[in-house]
Amino acid sequence: MLKDITLGQYFPIDSPLHRMDPRTKILSLILLIVAIFLANNPWAYVLAAAFTLLVVALSKVPVSMYFRGLKPIWFVIIFTALLNIFFTPGTKIYLFGYRTPMTWEGLILAGKMALRLVLLIISSSALTYTTSPILLTDGIEKLLKPLAKLGLPTFELAMMMSIAIRFIPTLIEETDKIMKAQKARGADFESGSVLHRVKALAPMLVPLFISAFRRADELAVAMESRCYQGGEHRTRLNEIRFHLIDAFAGLLMLAFFAAVIILRIIL
Amino acid sequence: MSNMIKTEHLRYAYQIGTQEKVKFVLDDIDLSISPGEFVAVLGHNGCGKSTLAKHFNALLLPAGGTVYVGGMDTKDEAHYWEFRKNVGMVFQNPDNQIVATVVEEDVAFAPENLGVPSDEIRKRVDEALKTVDMYELRRHAPHLLSGGQKQRVAIAGAIAMEPKCIVFDEPTAMLDPKGRKEVIDTIVKLKEEKHMTVVLITHYMEEAVRADRVVVMDKGKVLRNDVPRNVFSDVKFMKSLGLDVPQVTELCYRLAKDGINIRSDVMTVAECVDELIKLL
Repeated sequence: MLKDITLGQYFPIDSPLHRMDPRTKILSLILLIVAIFLANNPWAYVLAAAFTLLVVALSKVPVSMYFRGLKPIWFVIIFTALLNIFFTPGTKIYLFGYRTPMTWEGLILAGKMALRLVLLIISSSALTYTTSPILLTDGIEKLLKPLAKLGLPTFELAMMMSIAIRFIPTLIEETDKIMKAQKARGADFESGSVLHRVKALAPMLVPLFISAFRRADELAVAMESRCYQGGEHRTRLNEIRFHLIDAFAGLLMLAFFAAVIILRIIL
Repeated sequence: MSNMIKTEHLRYAYQIGTQEKVKFVLDDIDLSISPGEFVAVLGHNGCGKSTLAKHFNALLLPAGGTVYVGGMDTKDEAHYWEFRKNVGMVFQNPDNQIVATVVEEDVAFAPENLGVPSDEIRKRVDEALKTVDMYELRRHAPHLLSGGQKQRVAIAGAIAMEPKCIVFDEPTAMLDPKGRKEVIDTIVKLKEEKHMTVVLITHYMEEAVRADRVVVMDKGKVLRNDVPRNVFSDVKFMKSLGLDVPQVTELCYRLAKDGINIRSDVMTVAECVDELIKLL
């Protein structure tokens, strides 16, 4: 049940997107998201969709992976689409019953919103599929570097993030084990009122927390044994560097962004 | 420098509240380990073997006595990172010592901490992964590996530090028989091919048999410190501590007890077969 989480999962293959500097990818994603929200006419949407598809193609990650990433939010997409279709005032095209007219404007708005959401998820998945969590946190750390001068512990934050990501599958597995053990002894997580079910979670969370603390303790000793001494003088296996491909990708990204802005102004 | 690790009158106690009587977890331990030696440490839970191991890379500092690593006192803070770098450690639970989400990035963790240049890290990581036979899986996510494979990644992580000695703290306790064999074969390979000093803390007698020397501990003291054959042939002593001996040793011991003329210091299956054939 908990195994369907794909957002934040790295897909280890080799592609132009995998080889890019994580900083370029993070900044590009931010620009892309802004562009998607700025898009306000059909041509801009087509352009954004085409650009996202290009990114997907360049990532060489199977399209089915992207669909899996969309799975948890289908409900949200469909629900908002339905709301938009039926509750947007405008030209009525069809009447369901007598209260909720389906409007032309609503249909268009629903399409836009759904497309926006899908593009957002796909483009952010493209980042996490093609960037290993370590590179991702490295990238974030480097981008936040200027804030280190203001006293923000950027290295520690990055380390905490990467360890958190590392332990997600381990803790999910552990939760699963504890749940099974509790069920074997008659615990009931699935029936009863919401309040009852929330209460039933307590005997599961307590052992989970205790084991998480023990893990943290052991991990700290293991890290110390491997000469962990904080961020100073630390080097990297894959030192992130700005390559030609990043310059190219950055230019492409800026061109796309400019195109969306221009479309917004002239149309 | 003749000893890799040497302890003199080593004592250690965990502070427990304000109790009057201090119970020593380690009580007057004298031990020396030569470079290239493979030493197994046996003993019950709570006998102090893990505490002893943590003194070997200055994770813990002695409360009494001295520990020398590579001839230097571990209390000497100036050489702090030297101790850590020279004595690698592998722990029991493979999940709790893997830091990164990709195998090769985890192996690179120690050299990264030491500030080794990138291309040198790459070399070390590749070599370490080849040594433990995990090179093909270098881009994999650790949580998808088997227990034995994870533990080999942890070993590679220690090797990449280029230590002179590796201390294994019950590395096979959480593994299935297949994983156990993978890990032990890797450990023996480190000793034989890389000439590393190996300290192996274990509960499995079949693993201890492969060591050059066995140290038996109980209640914070070293009771036996000898070659495996001499230690295991004293079956009565081992039993009195509640420890096992290898199955074949036990078999021959019982046969001898029932009046059959057989050597009682047999340690491996092959030896046992030879002895039994002689009887037939």
